[in-house]
Amino acid sequence: MTEPLPGQFYMVEVSKGLDPLLKRAFSLFRRTQDGLQILYRIKGKGTYILKDLKEGTVLHVMGPLGNGYPLPSDSESPLVIAGGIGIASVFSLVEKLSKKAFVFYGARAEQELFMTDAIESFHRELVVCTDDGSCGVRGTVVDVLSDFIGKRDAMHRPVIYACGPNVMLGEIAKTATANGIKAYVSLEEHMACGIGACLGCVVKTRSGYKRVCKEGPVFDAGEIVW
Amino acid sequence: MTPHLEVNIGKLRLKNPVMTASGTFGYGEEYAEFIDLDRLGAVVVKGLSPKPKEGNPPPRVVETAAGMLNAIGLQNIGIDRFIKEKLPFLRTYDTSVIVNFFGDSVDEYMIAAEMLSAAEGVHGLEMNISCPNKQAGWCIFGTDPKVTFEVVSAVRKRTILPLIVKLSPNVTDISVMARAAVEAGADALSLINTVTGMAIDIRTRRPKLANVTGGLSGPAIKPVAVRMVYEVFNAVEVPIIGMGGIMSSDDAIEFIIAGATAVAVGTANFVDPGATVGIVDGIIAYMEKEGIEDIGSLTGTVHAG
Repeated sequence: MTEPLPGQFYMVEVSKGLDPLLKRAFSLFRRTQDGLQILYRIKGKGTYILKDLKEGTVLHVMGPLGNGYPLPSDSESPLVIAGGIGIASVFSLVEKLSKKAFVFYGARAEQELFMTDAIESFHRELVVCTDDGSCGVRGTVVDVLSDFIGKRDAMHRPVIYACGPNVMLGEIAKTATANGIKAYVSLEEHMACGIGACLGCVVKTRSGYKRVCKEGPVFDAGEIVW
Repeated sequence: MTPHLEVNIGKLRLKNPVMTASGTFGYGEEYAEFIDLDRLGAVVVKGLSPKPKEGNPPPRVVETAAGMLNAIGLQNIGIDRFIKEKLPFLRTYDTSVIVNFFGDSVDEYMIAAEMLSAAEGVHGLEMNISCPNKQAGWCIFGTDPKVTFEVVSAVRKRTILPLIVKLSPNVTDISVMARAAVEAGADALSLINTVTGMAIDIRTRRPKLANVTGGLSGPAIKPVAVRMVYEVFNAVEVPIIGMGGIMSSDDAIEFIIAGATAVAVGTANFVDPGATVGIVDGIIAYMEKEGIEDIGSLTGTVHAG
């Protein structure tokens, strides 16, 4: 098995039948001693099927696919930002960066936050925020980020790694550009093949459409036309 | 004994009847790390136009029951770049390379055919006529038999390569289009292209594709495709390449019995990059089990009427 990098993804079969037909793309959540973990929110047909699978069910899985997050250099300070289920993509990065990383993690409400204890156990700073204020700061990760940048005297050369809803990523990109900070974002699009053939999952960039599955899913935020 | 798998598409001899459907196999290289391309009868590459095309805005694909809708918008790198950057790789394989192409005018089709015919390592051409004609109010070339005849005749004069015309299913009578293409000089016919469809998000009331409508592919369209292959087989004499929702060797064999000489595998490549090779193996197993020595003897053998 090829060792996955944080930010890479897998195409996962959800049924042996013809409906649903296509594999689903899931970020690597965690690489553990005995395998791979994915984290998903039950949302559509595919994830409804996954949640009801019996332990021991064998599914065809393809990957790791795509490009992971470029790791920070020793002189850079990583800021990892997750919105909602976006934690699935950045969690393994947070694990890898360990105490180096600042982590901002936002969700709509407390019950949508996962693994905060695990993150807290190996990080010097985790800021949690919720839209409804049910946990942590009331507000969004974008508010937290702006605040943080305002008083970052001690921090040199920050670099942002973010995954979450597109609106959030667009705001982070704007904030990063305005403050001259490098930012990497992991994007999500509907995928058919996951290997660059169908051209279904494209995103508009400054140099034309690019495939999320092949040139991404991690992109330099400044490249994306938001 | 080993079953005889070779088939002829006009002058083009394929080592077996399993090809890839244009638009589902990139330029071949995307799949080379998953399968041995030499196992295929032919690689049919993503549709090309003389100039590069950017394609449609996303979302471009959406899954539907037993199928998917796509509106990629014919994004491609253009014929020049294909010849320089992609064809040398394909030439390293011992499999036939068929290039799918299109234009937005009769002139562009002719230019595309000439450019591709001059390139080394292109063994056949497949014309996509399911795209709009800029010179005729953006109506689709392949839905009018006169326009089909005109554009295929024009291309026929510009190439000596085996010429396959890919028919649109979005017509009242596909055998009329098939006859027009054959009278204009097509050596073979591919059918079917995708079936025009639409899906709407009932919460936002917006179409699920940015392009509003798209082409339906996958097992959902297979019975439509099998019926059309059967009708066209009874209408013309040229070989038919059958496609539309082929997921397994059983599906492929069904198309051959309906009248196809060869088959193309499309959406199944997305589900499993190894689908084509599995289908070749399955056809061999079927032939051995049924005592069929030559795959050609199975074409059009449906006991109907």
